[in-house]
Amino acid sequence: MSKVEFNKETGPREVFCGLTSIVWLHRRMPDAFFLVVGSRTCAHLIQSAAGVMIFAEPRFGTAILEEKDLAGLADAHEELDRVVNDLIARRPEIKTLFLVGSCPSEVIKLDLATVAEKLNKRFLGQVRFVNYSGSGIETTFTQGEDGALKALIPLMESSNEEKLLLVGTLANNVEDRFKKIFRNLGISNIESFPPRQSTELPKIGKNTKVLLTQPYLSDTVRDLKHRGCEVISAPFPLGIEGSTKWFLAAAKAFKISELKVHEIISPLIDRAKLALESHKEILKGKRLFLLPESQLEISLARFLHNECEMDLIEVGTPYLNKDLMKEEINLLPDKTKIVEGQHVEKQLDRVRESNPDLVVCGMGLANPLEAEGISTKWSIEMVFSPIHGIDQAADLAGLFSKPLKRNKILTSKTLVTH
Amino acid sequence: MELTLWTYEGPPHVGAMRIASSMKDIHYVLHAPQGDTYADLLFTMIERRGQRPPVTYTTFQARDLGGDTAELVKKNIKEAVERFKPKTLLVGESCTAELIQDQPGALAKGMGFDMPIVNLELPAYSKKENWGASETFYQLTRTLLKEKVSSSEKISPLRWKELGRRPKVNILGPSLLGFRCRDDVIEIQRILSEQGIDTNVVAPLGACPDDIERLIDAEINICLYQEIAEASCEWLKRNFGMEYTNTIPIGIKNTIEFINEVHQKLDLPLTNKEELEHKSKLPWYSKSVDSNYLTGKRVFVFGDGTHAIAAAKIAKEELGFEVVGLGTYSREMARQVRATAKDLNVEALITNNYLEVEDAMKKAAPELVLGTQMERHSAKRLGIPCSVISTPMHVQDVPARYSPQMGWEGANVIFDDWVHPLMMGLEEHLIDMFKHDFEFIDGHQSHLGHTATKTKDFINSDEKKDKNCKEGIMWTESGRAELTKVPFFVRGKVKTNTEKYAILRGIPEISDETLYDAKAYFS
Repeated sequence: MSKVEFNKETGPREVFCGLTSIVWLHRRMPDAFFLVVGSRTCAHLIQSAAGVMIFAEPRFGTAILEEKDLAGLADAHEELDRVVNDLIARRPEIKTLFLVGSCPSEVIKLDLATVAEKLNKRFLGQVRFVNYSGSGIETTFTQGEDGALKALIPLMESSNEEKLLLVGTLANNVEDRFKKIFRNLGISNIESFPPRQSTELPKIGKNTKVLLTQPYLSDTVRDLKHRGCEVISAPFPLGIEGSTKWFLAAAKAFKISELKVHEIISPLIDRAKLALESHKEILKGKRLFLLPESQLEISLARFLHNECEMDLIEVGTPYLNKDLMKEEINLLPDKTKIVEGQHVEKQLDRVRESNPDLVVCGMGLANPLEAEGISTKWSIEMVFSPIHGIDQAADLAGLFSKPLKRNKILTSKTLVTH
Repeated sequence: MELTLWTYEGPPHVGAMRIASSMKDIHYVLHAPQGDTYADLLFTMIERRGQRPPVTYTTFQARDLGGDTAELVKKNIKEAVERFKPKTLLVGESCTAELIQDQPGALAKGMGFDMPIVNLELPAYSKKENWGASETFYQLTRTLLKEKVSSSEKISPLRWKELGRRPKVNILGPSLLGFRCRDDVIEIQRILSEQGIDTNVVAPLGACPDDIERLIDAEINICLYQEIAEASCEWLKRNFGMEYTNTIPIGIKNTIEFINEVHQKLDLPLTNKEELEHKSKLPWYSKSVDSNYLTGKRVFVFGDGTHAIAAAKIAKEELGFEVVGLGTYSREMARQVRATAKDLNVEALITNNYLEVEDAMKKAAPELVLGTQMERHSAKRLGIPCSVISTPMHVQDVPARYSPQMGWEGANVIFDDWVHPLMMGLEEHLIDMFKHDFEFIDGHQSHLGHTATKTKDFINSDEKKDKNCKEGIMWTESGRAELTKVPFFVRGKVKTNTEKYAILRGIPEISDETLYDAKAYFS
């Protein structure tokens, strides 16, 4: 392990909770509905993050707890039952209904598992119910996906068939690219989790080789291991380096020679390096500060330093699983400062003191930092854009070079008239 | 429990944030988990604010719940006070913290600070955003002024005469994330100053705690947005005798009535009455022959109480529209909206469910929708033009240019904003009429997108394949041909009405004559 510097910080935070992950999960599985059991705050959070108005009827919603629901839990269970019945009557196309716990439902100890069990019996053969918590007292942002996937694992049938299982939501086009490359490598049996249809869950077992596409799936990984799956240790497929090592690790698990991997991907690498050049020119030597939010921060820092030659001031992450991240941490330059957790005020003090060229942060902080003259990139964009893989390396770099390019245009003095 | 896919209002603590963020030298410590920080983006993204809202979230986690969350609250309060040095501290909790009952307000008061502390109790499971804003502004006003209640005499609206100065008023209610508040304040101040009336304090927008303490230097209060300011105005009236205005100056008639009301309250003679009619272009634009086609247009209105009531009145009395639907999501203003609806002979729709609004809109078959951003989307789906008149805020509702809703300029803005989508409507009709001409360019698309062409598809569909239509009724070629001649924006309604008529009369085939029979029957 390289000599990175680990720090922990606690205090007030400025991050999304796990409910936010519904925004991309519902797009991944168009036959699923996500029903948050929570408060008006939860409903308002999701609509603020997701731009709900563009949907005639979104595939997510909130069963808003009211005063009478808090008075007696039995009544709350009954009420939830009623809401679910109405919902299914209105949306008969739903195949899987996720009951998503929230801060208030966790605090009043609403037992969503029991509710899901009862509903599963009643709607047997029609709708499946699973529950998980996306509450902000337990989860940050992407951890919501971890919870949702973990909740699906018990529904996955067992199979000893040898297969490669890509775990973590990917953009569909990226997923297709990956599958094509793996097939070219000679791995034919490839499945994804989450699948594109909630009902088409992959079967898993001792010959399932899990390859993570996202770094925020600690609980899912643990449960997949319990089911006998082998988890391939690799950095994450962000950038050329990460993706190459990721492909190599998968190939090794399937006893495919390194030579074969290089043969298949080196044209891709050459192409990607070329595309990366113009972004590198802008990013090279620029100083980067990453605030914690998505858990992608460490992989992004590795990419932006190793491939785009940016200098890392601080790499924040809401949560650090050193075991899962060890391949990534090994690739970081010495003395990289990693900070797990957050005290947003102290961290912003450090941002100002260090005078970075670019800060990766949440949407709540972006405009205030810009107003102080600091260029920003929203972390939420990383989970909505296709950024994985060798072919997307330049696009990924582009997300960071764009704000700098923009800043240069807008602050240029060439238009001043005399 | 209420199934909600989308909500017009946020939780009450977001209302409190609107007050805190609108003001200076105030800090709000909110006992809340990390996810609640999403609310910051409402201010920094929608309002494009260059400052973070002055809010500290205690960020308690599941592991804190077994331990001492009260200590966590105190630690955050202490840090926030040291760092931000507010002149007044607001302390409250969001939905989850309400359940663990740490009483953060009481804790703060026990910490020995010198500054005033406002303890906000905003019930998250029964109240909403506007109520929270109103309650916060009221509690803040009360906290900062309560010591002066006993010592001060009742304030006479005529005091300015004794003091030998121009009358002074406060403008209360404008806040961040309120609809066009930034510009309304400028417009109203301009109108008042033209009448020789000075503005003492504008609050909460731009005010500091000292300004709140100075409220009683004015003679009367202008209650600009009832949703936010009525409770405070009422308290100031009860305790200091300060009168407040009831008229919301949106539209020409209301603006004139507002000016009259202010003058009457202050016993100030109104000297330029005749001039007032000509301050805005709306009356003439509305009267000019070009606006012939506006008369009798069917309009559906939905929004917050203040803007919905004003819009209905302007639509009917100043533009000559026919109001075919009126509703609000502001339950607090349901009574007033119902009264206005009764005057207009429609049934008021009071709901927080946008799907109900969309259904009502569909049934009313309006030619123009005046609503929130959500109604804009619903209207788009139905192929009806729409203008946005109310919160919830969208980045589009914070335009770079000056565009108030209130006063003279507000009326100008309203005329343009409401009529321009219809102008395009007329253009669409022309496109439809001339689409077979050889000059017509094929790609000429309407701004209404593709929804508006649903009946067009019907018309162009192959009759043999498509026996179409409900209950065995068939459209003959002459019927279809006649339907194409009906302007697109009423075509859907004409089609439904004709079919309804045919069913009623047991007519199996709809010809051009049936269309005219139905038209006569329903007119």
